[in-house]
Amino acid sequence: MSQAEDALRKEVRKLFENKTIDLFVGHEAAGVPLKTSACFLSSADEVERLVWNASCAANLAVYLPQLFKRPQGARGEWNPPKVGVVVKGCDSRSIVGLIKEKQIPRDRLYLIGVGCEGMIDRHKAAKALGAVGLAEAKIDGTSVHIIGTDGTQRSFESEEILADSCRECRHRSAVLSDVVLSEASEQPPESSRYTDVSDFESQSPDERWEYLVSELSRCIRCYACREACPNCYCQECFADETAPKWLGVTTDLSEVFAFHLGRVLHQAGRCVDCGACVAACPQGINLRLLNQKVNRDVEELFGVESNLSLDEAEALLSFKMEDDQSFMTEP
Amino acid sequence: MTKKKDGKRNDNGWEPRIVAFLCNWCSYAGADLAGVSRIQYPPNVSVIRVPCSGRINPLFVLKALQSGADGVLVSGCHPGDCHYISGNLYARRKFALLKSLLEYVGIEPERVQFSWVSAAEGVRFAEILEKVIDAVREVGPASKMVKELEEVT
Repeated sequence: MSQAEDALRKEVRKLFENKTIDLFVGHEAAGVPLKTSACFLSSADEVERLVWNASCAANLAVYLPQLFKRPQGARGEWNPPKVGVVVKGCDSRSIVGLIKEKQIPRDRLYLIGVGCEGMIDRHKAAKALGAVGLAEAKIDGTSVHIIGTDGTQRSFESEEILADSCRECRHRSAVLSDVVLSEASEQPPESSRYTDVSDFESQSPDERWEYLVSELSRCIRCYACREACPNCYCQECFADETAPKWLGVTTDLSEVFAFHLGRVLHQAGRCVDCGACVAACPQGINLRLLNQKVNRDVEELFGVESNLSLDEAEALLSFKMEDDQSFMTEP
Repeated sequence: MTKKKDGKRNDNGWEPRIVAFLCNWCSYAGADLAGVSRIQYPPNVSVIRVPCSGRINPLFVLKALQSGADGVLVSGCHPGDCHYISGNLYARRKFALLKSLLEYVGIEPERVQFSWVSAAEGVRFAEILEKVIDAVREVGPASKMVKELEEVT
């Protein structure tokens, strides 16, 4: 058990004992190597379940809005629970967004900030190992020892198999927290950001379209990307609406494009590039290519990076008189 | 597609079909002014009147492309002139992102265009529409986002 994990468990135990929180949301070991799942603790006896390592990739913010929904049939006064959460940089930014959008109450949250050194992409790990699947993995600080299902083994520096969004992450420490257990170390250089987007842009329009057709034709519209995303808390998603019916129930590729374009446009000025959608996609579609394009546009055109502070208005909920309009058609 | 009355057809007999989303207070009135002033503009356009350019959901544009529009024109009041004070300024941000994203995925930038037309600018409306239609004619019939399958309702 690492020091960080120990500190986290101690902190959570203290919170339960002081009755600061009623519920804690964290990560626990899943049955699969290099994967954890979210866990919900309701007493100090359960803190041993908590883990903290380079496989805690899930964005825990996604579970929060439903915890603060008044239960159906609740009569009279209902007090929302006090919830503790362990947050990385991206979780905390998603939480900032949810607070700003009034989906969760700030005063009912207790955020434990932990420094994140990037999360391992298990598909990348399997690929780097050359194995079909992973049988066992041991994380020791920054080195990871992996054994494949076919018996091959190798040690990696976690740097080599980080998720794409973690490679470019500039906000590894929580931007909003009540207590900070650790701060992240150095940040990657600025120049490494949005390289995928600029590489893609350098191709011809037809090449770009063909690439996206090859990616998106694998989409089965399971909407796992939506379910994994903390921003997608709408009661009824446009993809499910029947009046108006934005998307038909067909296998036509134009529907897939409309869904993904609609999805990223709804994320505009809100996406924090946590990588949850990419990790959730069962088809391994390069969703980040679209997300990051909109993220970069928002940053370049409107000068805001999503959800870094509670005071800054979201890009599409504000405007400036001098916003760029060079794209408008003039006679 | 219905046959065009003006007889303007290019070699392969195809004429572009444009969907124009016009705001009620400026651009729709501008288009109306063009009409009552007897200013000629191409008939390839189907106008959809919306209360404000801020009412335009990017999904409208995607749906129009899916439904076979060769081009989409969105037009609202000039910045500062919005009937609802700032609807067009919020809209401008959405439009910038939508335009950039569609170009990014490989859809011809000529297909989706945005403009400001005031209620007094009948001539400007006709000019912009002609420009848009010429540009769409240049890039040819839409194929990329068009839905091929029939919808079963």
